[in-house]
Amino acid sequence: MNSRLSAAVHGWLLLMPAMLLLVAFTHWPAVASFIESFSSTPRPRRPSRFVGVANYEQMLADPVFWQSLANNLWFALGTIPLAIGLALLMAIWVNDRIPGRTFARMAYFTPTILPMIAVANIWLFFYTPQYGLLEQVASGLGFASHNWLGSRETALAAVALVAVWKESGFFMIFYLAALQGISPTLAEAAALEGASRWTFFRRVQFPLLMPTTLFVLINAVINAFRTVDHIIVMTRGGPDNATSLLLFYIYQVGFNFWDTSYAAALTVVLLAMLAIAALVQYGWLERKVHYR
Amino acid sequence: MDRRHFLTGSAAAAASLARPALAQGTATEISFFYPVAVGGAITRVIDGYAADFSRERPDIKVTPVYAGTYQETLVKVLTAHKSGTPPTLSVLLSTDMFTLIDEEAIVPLNGFVRTDADKAWLDDFYTGFMLNSQSGGQTWGIPFQRSTIVLYWNKDLFRQAGLDPEKAPASWAEHVAFAEKLTRRDAAGNVSQWGTQIPSTGFGYWMLQALAIEAGDVLANQEGDRTFFDKPGVTEALQYWVDLAQKHKVHAPGIVEWGTTPRDFLEGKTAMMWTTTGNLTNIRTNARFGFGVAMLPANKRRGSPTGGGNFHIARKASPTQQEAAFRFARWMTQPERAARWSIDTGYVGVSRAAYATQTMKDHVAGFPAAAVARDQLEFAVAELSTHENQRVTKALGDNIQAALTGSKAPDRALRDAQAEAERILRPYR
Repeated sequence: MNSRLSAAVHGWLLLMPAMLLLVAFTHWPAVASFIESFSSTPRPRRPSRFVGVANYEQMLADPVFWQSLANNLWFALGTIPLAIGLALLMAIWVNDRIPGRTFARMAYFTPTILPMIAVANIWLFFYTPQYGLLEQVASGLGFASHNWLGSRETALAAVALVAVWKESGFFMIFYLAALQGISPTLAEAAALEGASRWTFFRRVQFPLLMPTTLFVLINAVINAFRTVDHIIVMTRGGPDNATSLLLFYIYQVGFNFWDTSYAAALTVVLLAMLAIAALVQYGWLERKVHYR
Repeated sequence: MDRRHFLTGSAAAAASLARPALAQGTATEISFFYPVAVGGAITRVIDGYAADFSRERPDIKVTPVYAGTYQETLVKVLTAHKSGTPPTLSVLLSTDMFTLIDEEAIVPLNGFVRTDADKAWLDDFYTGFMLNSQSGGQTWGIPFQRSTIVLYWNKDLFRQAGLDPEKAPASWAEHVAFAEKLTRRDAAGNVSQWGTQIPSTGFGYWMLQALAIEAGDVLANQEGDRTFFDKPGVTEALQYWVDLAQKHKVHAPGIVEWGTTPRDFLEGKTAMMWTTTGNLTNIRTNARFGFGVAMLPANKRRGSPTGGGNFHIARKASPTQQEAAFRFARWMTQPERAARWSIDTGYVGVSRAAYATQTMKDHVAGFPAAAVARDQLEFAVAELSTHENQRVTKALGDNIQAALTGSKAPDRALRDAQAEAERILRPYR
């Protein structure tokens, strides 16, 4: 009895440091946001009071919220498959014995180690109308000039491309590690059977990579809703909210307008969406993933 | 009241007896947050001023902190205010005055102005700048990096287009006519040089306000609780702006970056630009061509809103710190220093006395462009400033961008902006 109790105490003590950090910086803020989302924003002359679901009603009627949500879904839809596909392609490419392999790996990984703010500033120059890099190349090839970040049609795609460029190198590392974990005997066996390169990839490599794909997918989904640094640098949500993502809008409401309660309500919605995404991925997709 | 009595006492002491004692003891430390919204090595200039001040007043130690753009600085100051330890002194947009008052983040400055010299100093600021610094009979901000919008033009490109290089467009019609001559296209229709440029990110509301003033309407009332975005003059203003790109095709289509506009001008990608006088020194240092500065072209009248930042003193600082911050701000806006600051940056010298200094007279004699912003002050109007200013200006800015990108007609965009501003401002009336 005594030893069981001490073992339990021991266990909790070991958990404590991580637990404290999690509770203080993750769980409590989430719960606090949830509670605050039902009250009005405190102002010096008008203290906070309970307002029920008024903040959520405001959200339903807020066109900028809907636009940000739609933008974010398009952003996710655009970046996730593209980043994962590119990562896989690059990993398979640099997994082979090609000349300059180390250099190629390093080059693909470089965008990952650069801070997003720096990356966004570099891309801001790429996209600059008239004398930006993209414009110089385009005009050299005889294409018409285009204001990539300054028109509603292309701005979201332009910032999504930056995210893809930034992330695929990171995902590549996971695929590369997984590829190197695949036994070379499988490749030899496939070669003996006369399987084509494509068949080998489709029947052997890709299924064996599924656990990695799941892991990468989860990260990609989270990142699609979490990365807004480049939005702040490149467009600040413009033109006319065409690149406003959900988290960026939360920042704006919370820290530019100081409407903290409404920002809390928006946060709760974002949290709920991410929770559903995580549940689907862990609960449903994981069962479909082929483990050896 | 208590505080003011206390301040009077402590200041009198500080002025006469206590100064040597204070100098020997620990110095009063004040933190000073400031933004940079123009090109050039502004941080070095500010650090230099703070060091100079500390040499003159060893009893006060100023720590200047560069805090990003105006918006970022406001975020940092208000976040620090809410956590209880704001920077003692900060330079924030004069238009955020109502927001700062509503958040009870700043103190009125009348209590610090006691001697006749202080009063003379306060009275000497240009009235145009004080409009955005006073409310309810109190002064809340000290004008510092203030500006108006001016038109810069590239004389070389004017000459190449067969225009008089010494003559800037004086009216809206002339502005379009000049810009048409200045826009250069190749055979395929690709533009290598635009006629004119009015940036539309960040300060889009400010540019629209200039156009609206020229078309004879103001954007908001002086109390900051009512906007007039749907007035005919404002619609005319936005229509003119939209037409520059969509009808006359003399302005880059879509949204034009505030930050890269000076660069575009320096690269010769646009022959004219509308931007703050605060960019004057940057352009002067980096332009490899002759350039001119003029007041904005007139429509029904001339005009520009004032703009830029004021010093604000934090409510949550100690009285000693507040007094020290006031002394620093007062020192920074002395005529000689205001003149120096204006020469170093291009911002308008904030007081009449600044233009009466020998330094400034010499500068203006050798570089007449430096006086344009001051002369334009005669036509200047208070900048758009309301309660919940960031939110109201975003509503306007978003709709300006919608009109410029062609997704809304100008009148529809301005009606939407007005409806949103009404919703935000109703509780403040």
